[in-house]
Amino acid sequence: MKNLLYRHETYVFLAIIIFVTVVSIINPAFFTLENFFDLLKSASLMGTFAIGMLFVLISGGIDISFTAIATVSGYTIAVLLLRIGDSLNIFLVFLIAALIGIALGMINALIIHNFKIPSIITTIATQNIFYGILTVITTGTWLYGFPKWFGDFATIRAFTFYTSEGVPYGLSIVSVIWIALILISWFILKYTVLGRGIYAMGGNTLSAQRAGFNLFGLTLFVYSWMGLMAGIGSVIQALLVQTVAPNSLVGKEMDVIAAVVLGGASMAGGSGSVLGMILGVTMISILGNGMTIMRVPAIWYNVVIGLVIIVSVGASAYRRKIFTRRKVITETTSAGGQSAA
Amino acid sequence: MLRKNSYFSILLLAMVVVMVLMVLMNGIDFLSLRNLKSMSFQLPELGILTLAMMIAMLTSGINLSIIATSNLSGIVMAFILTGLVPDSGVAGSGIWITLLAVLAGLAVGAIVGMVNGYLIAVVEISPILATLGTMIMLSGISVVITEGYVISGFPQAMLAIGNKAFLGIPNPMIIFLICAGILAVILNRTPLGTSIYMIGSNPTACFYSGVNNRQVLFRTYILSGIYSGIAAVIMISRFNSAKADYGESYLLQTVLAAVLGGISAAGGFGKVSGLILSLIIMQMISSGLNLLGVSNFLTIALWGIILILVMVVKYLLENGFLKRRAA
Repeated sequence: MKNLLYRHETYVFLAIIIFVTVVSIINPAFFTLENFFDLLKSASLMGTFAIGMLFVLISGGIDISFTAIATVSGYTIAVLLLRIGDSLNIFLVFLIAALIGIALGMINALIIHNFKIPSIITTIATQNIFYGILTVITTGTWLYGFPKWFGDFATIRAFTFYTSEGVPYGLSIVSVIWIALILISWFILKYTVLGRGIYAMGGNTLSAQRAGFNLFGLTLFVYSWMGLMAGIGSVIQALLVQTVAPNSLVGKEMDVIAAVVLGGASMAGGSGSVLGMILGVTMISILGNGMTIMRVPAIWYNVVIGLVIIVSVGASAYRRKIFTRRKVITETTSAGGQSAA
Repeated sequence: MLRKNSYFSILLLAMVVVMVLMVLMNGIDFLSLRNLKSMSFQLPELGILTLAMMIAMLTSGINLSIIATSNLSGIVMAFILTGLVPDSGVAGSGIWITLLAVLAGLAVGAIVGMVNGYLIAVVEISPILATLGTMIMLSGISVVITEGYVISGFPQAMLAIGNKAFLGIPNPMIIFLICAGILAVILNRTPLGTSIYMIGSNPTACFYSGVNNRQVLFRTYILSGIYSGIAAVIMISRFNSAKADYGESYLLQTVLAAVLGGISAAGGFGKVSGLILSLIIMQMISSGLNLLGVSNFLTIALWGIILILVMVVKYLLENGFLKRRAA
């Protein structure tokens, strides 16, 4: 119980509850099942990217290029859908997007591991390369008019309810995919050697190596996983809006990083949890949705998000500062006691 | 000594290679006075922003808010310029109002720098998170106060800053060289500069050698903010307008330019001279390809490829060769 007070997640969770209460009092339309499913659906895209980003941050790296990777895989499947859409199915679409994502993620991992170039620099460079080359080839054209089955798939719901006016709503297939990915990630991080290795590498690279972890394998996995999430995310994006535009994702990478960091993942690596990531994504999503419902003009959105990030990371940095100071004091006093004895 | 200079030599070599390639592709026109002048009109914008990024990177930090700072200070300047100039255009060039606006713009930069400095040095948030937060918030504030509109129509004096030349050298270039010179002096000749390098290499050692880390970080981010303000002066003067989301694509490019210029992402190493070379390389690629009528996006891709190539060569020089010699 006392442990709970030291956890970053607890505070984010409290903040979410307070915000939800305030918004619900102002406008009861916020706290409805319909709005909840709506929120879940729109959070799925950012949430999928956030899963990949969580792994990268825990491993002590960062990936700026995932939006470019998602753009490349999204554009490729869009072209395929338009050309040979009738002979494809949804599994093939996901498979192709996933393979492209993994391949591009591996390029990042190879550069980062083999030449010891910091991940932020490598991925800034590869973002420029992937996005630049894609835009040159495609000349920035928007793609739309996908086959009917692709549009139909997006409207599948796991279960359906009807509002009093007879409008159907429910758990969208897109949210189901996100939830499945969350469960897989939680399992990997918590119960596999691979997951513990990622934490170890982020906590202290040298110790992880001495302890026998294969650093190359871990790096390769982490960036491929980010690429995989970017690939799956690109399909989700295409499903949600039924349009693929080369410039719709690049430039939004900081939003995803902000969400994951809000959930308590540290930039220095070694810490972060799936639960925290979910809370971070939830926070960002309900802020946007809640502000719309409270009729706050959309132009205030960034001011609020920025403030929330500063306050949140500020509070956790401040707590860490107090905590380490206390630790240093107790350690020096105990050391002094030993020498006296 | 050899190793220190070797990176500068790689950059020089890269610059010569790029220049020769561009001349081969574009003909000798590439080195014409007209093209050189147009290049030196374009370089300073990214250049001064990169200086702002460099200062933060030397302390092993990063300043993601530079573009948002520039835009906000540009907007404040634009408000002063358009609000206080009685619709003249002809009467008077508005020197005093321009001066006031520029001072206000730099003050905005300094204030933002103080906020960043406070968050990083006192609250001890990691620089990337603190400046990510201020970046999002500042861009939000800019949108709120302009309601997303463009503010335009500045007096002659303001436009002269970005568009006129003095003794044949474009004004922005002069400002950039002065800024680079001042920064070089600060870094190499003052205690602040030495402390900045020391914090970047080892903050703990720096602290125990009697440096007030907090104060140094605070000043670092104020300086970075002021440089963002200077970049804003040139930016709004060249566009003749200010807007909440100008130059957003510059953010990652400043990191790219800084790293290409030999600024270590881990902090502690890097010189202004290397940075200038990297800016020249990037500008030559961009202008050269532009003359050929190639898409801007190919330029962006090429910048990325060159960055990785240079980093690989640097890695091989530092590790591969030395290890072999040791064996």
